Amino acid sequence: MSAARLVWANLFRKRTRSILTVLSVAIAFLLFALLQAIGAAFDGGVSLQGVDRLIVSPKYSIVDPLPVRQREQILAVDGVEAIVGQNWFGGIYQDRRNFFPKYPVRPRPFFDIYGEFEIEPDVLERFARIRTAAVAGDVLMQRYGWQVGDIIPITADIWPKADGTRLWEFELVGSFTSQDERQPAQLFLFRYEYFTEAVASYGKDQVGWWTLRLDQPDRAAEIASEIDALFENSQTPTRSATEDEFQRQFAKQLGNISLIVRVIMGAVFFTIILLTANTMGQGLRERIPDLAVLKTLGFGDAWVSGIVLLEALLLVLLGAALGMGVAYALQGALAAGLAQIVGVFEITSATIAIGFGLAVAIGLLIGALPARTAHRLTIVEALRRG
Amino acid sequence: MGQILEITLMNLRNLVSRLGSSLVIVVGIAGVVAVLVGLLAMAAGFRAALQSASVPERAIVLRDQSNGELSSGMSNVEYNIVSQFEGVAVLSPELYVVADIPKMDTGTPANVVLRGVGPDAFVVRPEIEVIKGRRFEPGRNELLVGQLAAVEFAGLEVGAEIELKSSRWRIVGHFAANGSAYESEVWADLPVAQSAFNRGGALSSMRVLLEQPSLAASVAEAIKADPRLDLALTTEDQFYAEQSEGLSSLITSFGYAVATIMAIGAVFAALNTMYTAVSTRSVEIATLRALGFGALPVVISVLIEALLLAFLGGALGGLVVWLLFDGYTASTLNNASFSQVAFDFAVTPQLLQTGLVWALVLGAIGGLLPALRAARLPIFDALRGE
Repeated sequence: MSAARLVWANLFRKRTRSILTVLSVAIAFLLFALLQAIGAAFDGGVSLQGVDRLIVSPKYSIVDPLPVRQREQILAVDGVEAIVGQNWFGGIYQDRRNFFPKYPVRPRPFFDIYGEFEIEPDVLERFARIRTAAVAGDVLMQRYGWQVGDIIPITADIWPKADGTRLWEFELVGSFTSQDERQPAQLFLFRYEYFTEAVASYGKDQVGWWTLRLDQPDRAAEIASEIDALFENSQTPTRSATEDEFQRQFAKQLGNISLIVRVIMGAVFFTIILLTANTMGQGLRERIPDLAVLKTLGFGDAWVSGIVLLEALLLVLLGAALGMGVAYALQGALAAGLAQIVGVFEITSATIAIGFGLAVAIGLLIGALPARTAHRLTIVEALRRG
Repeated sequence: MGQILEITLMNLRNLVSRLGSSLVIVVGIAGVVAVLVGLLAMAAGFRAALQSASVPERAIVLRDQSNGELSSGMSNVEYNIVSQFEGVAVLSPELYVVADIPKMDTGTPANVVLRGVGPDAFVVRPEIEVIKGRRFEPGRNELLVGQLAAVEFAGLEVGAEIELKSSRWRIVGHFAANGSAYESEVWADLPVAQSAFNRGGALSSMRVLLEQPSLAASVAEAIKADPRLDLALTTEDQFYAEQSEGLSSLITSFGYAVATIMAIGAVFAALNTMYTAVSTRSVEIATLRALGFGALPVVISVLIEALLLAFLGGALGGLVVWLLFDGYTASTLNNASFSQVAFDFAVTPQLLQTGLVWALVLGAIGGLLPALRAARLPIFDALRGE
């Protein structure tokens, strides 16, 4: 009988126990993959596409506005290729629970800078031509059942119109999609020109922050400090950072929550693994007489302990593959639901690789003790014990 | 009844000899309960921080449709009108902005609430108590810092100076506020804050001390009916319930989701253990049956053993979380207000009770199937097997 068949047959010796063990290992690895992805999203550790993007935000507070006249000054900085201003519009669509970001933007620079969003040229053309036009990400179109041509009413909470009314109506001229499946398109965009024209006086000629595309991304830090120096002594000093860094800083605001969650998760993972180790160790100990028989038949110490180790490894690896497989299969469904909360939800190949690395390490750890017992086992003693 | 007692006692007496595998159930269930109670304690602490800020006789006035103080705005004119309304005992005009102050642990900027207030703010909120130093003086760049803000954010010790909006501010005192979210805020003199943040005479919100809690509805009605006002009054109870709803329900459902997945793993481990317990005792059980003990007492005795172990696990898990996390201070970004809220984990008796209920349910599930197997054990086969 080959070693592999023996190991396989042993797994089915106590079928219920093996299945339960594999399943509990699978649960641990399922949690591991999901939490790793959530943790990474909370840490902002997931790199987004915009490696060449720079965010210029107000230095002291997100509630400060930046004046539009900064546009020309920033564009003049060497290395800055394109610029678009964005404002947090807030606003309510039908009900406060219907949350999605709404930004007034200049259409062409926006889609030029956010290359991951794809928009049909004729939709972009209409968006740039019609004053009250708006475009929405395909996710929003689906969620609210919007059709091209619909009038979308948004009730302003931050930005009433100059005439004191708060109802903004936008003509939906089309949608756009995201090429980055980790980041579904769920933005609602309308024309900055319309916004600044119609908004109450305190909102005119201002943006919340600038997004820039650099043609020399490796000089990002230099360009950032150059821009900040430009406005340092003005009424509206800025703080510039790459989009990545900006996201990371923002994610850090969520703070020790993600740390706490991860600590708890670590505890969880090791609890389940320890339990499994115990159960498996017990199973292997029960088979000591079998092992003695193998040795009697002439199999060497190393071969017998190898069999034991292999079985432990196999159980853990099966569980890990099952758990992470389920997590991976659920990824799409979860990303759609979680994207609103964590931004990006992705089970990366690195996570899977780390998972299997852990599985091997745990398998060896769990198998080591019984394997040593098997190695040292003297036939006479083992048979007598049986 | 007597049979049940006898068998159960017998099982429990030899539990000690099966200590290792019994610990599997205890530790597994302790893990589930610890994670569940830990996350629920986080949600409860967060909710408590916001809701303990509310008092029945207080209300907040925001711009109509605003979902928070940050997106609200009003003028002095509106303040003067509302202050004349019947039922309004004291009206405190306030400015609410967020300022970037580094987090203590990460050093990255966080949105800390800076509240500009006049003397009436302290009249409206008698729970505010200066615990160190003094209040700010009118007209000066001085800050009174909430005691949790002082812990969570860097550079806020009494006597220190920080730079905000291009000017230097001196920290002159710390205050306590009954553990509420105000303790995460930084307070300054209203006119000073208005000029530092270029707000002219604009206000964000007004805090109302009503002559009687029952007057809230009539004052709200009067505000709504007045054509000069574009405002809405909400009682603090309702306002803070809305403010805390999003994040606390998110954490709660996250807690239940993770605990459910873990619980499945723990049930597998419990099943494993109890099946093993039953199979190693098959001779014993068969002997009892042969002696005339019924099937039911056998089932119940196995179940009781599982439940007892599960209860121990639940108690252990709850105890660990209580020791480690009760009162642990964390801070995070509340999406509803877009600002930092610091809070203490609250491991309440109800949560511990929830944890114990979970433990018992898991124990029952893990014990039932093995108990049935024990009862169905063919007596002859089991006895002959040895």
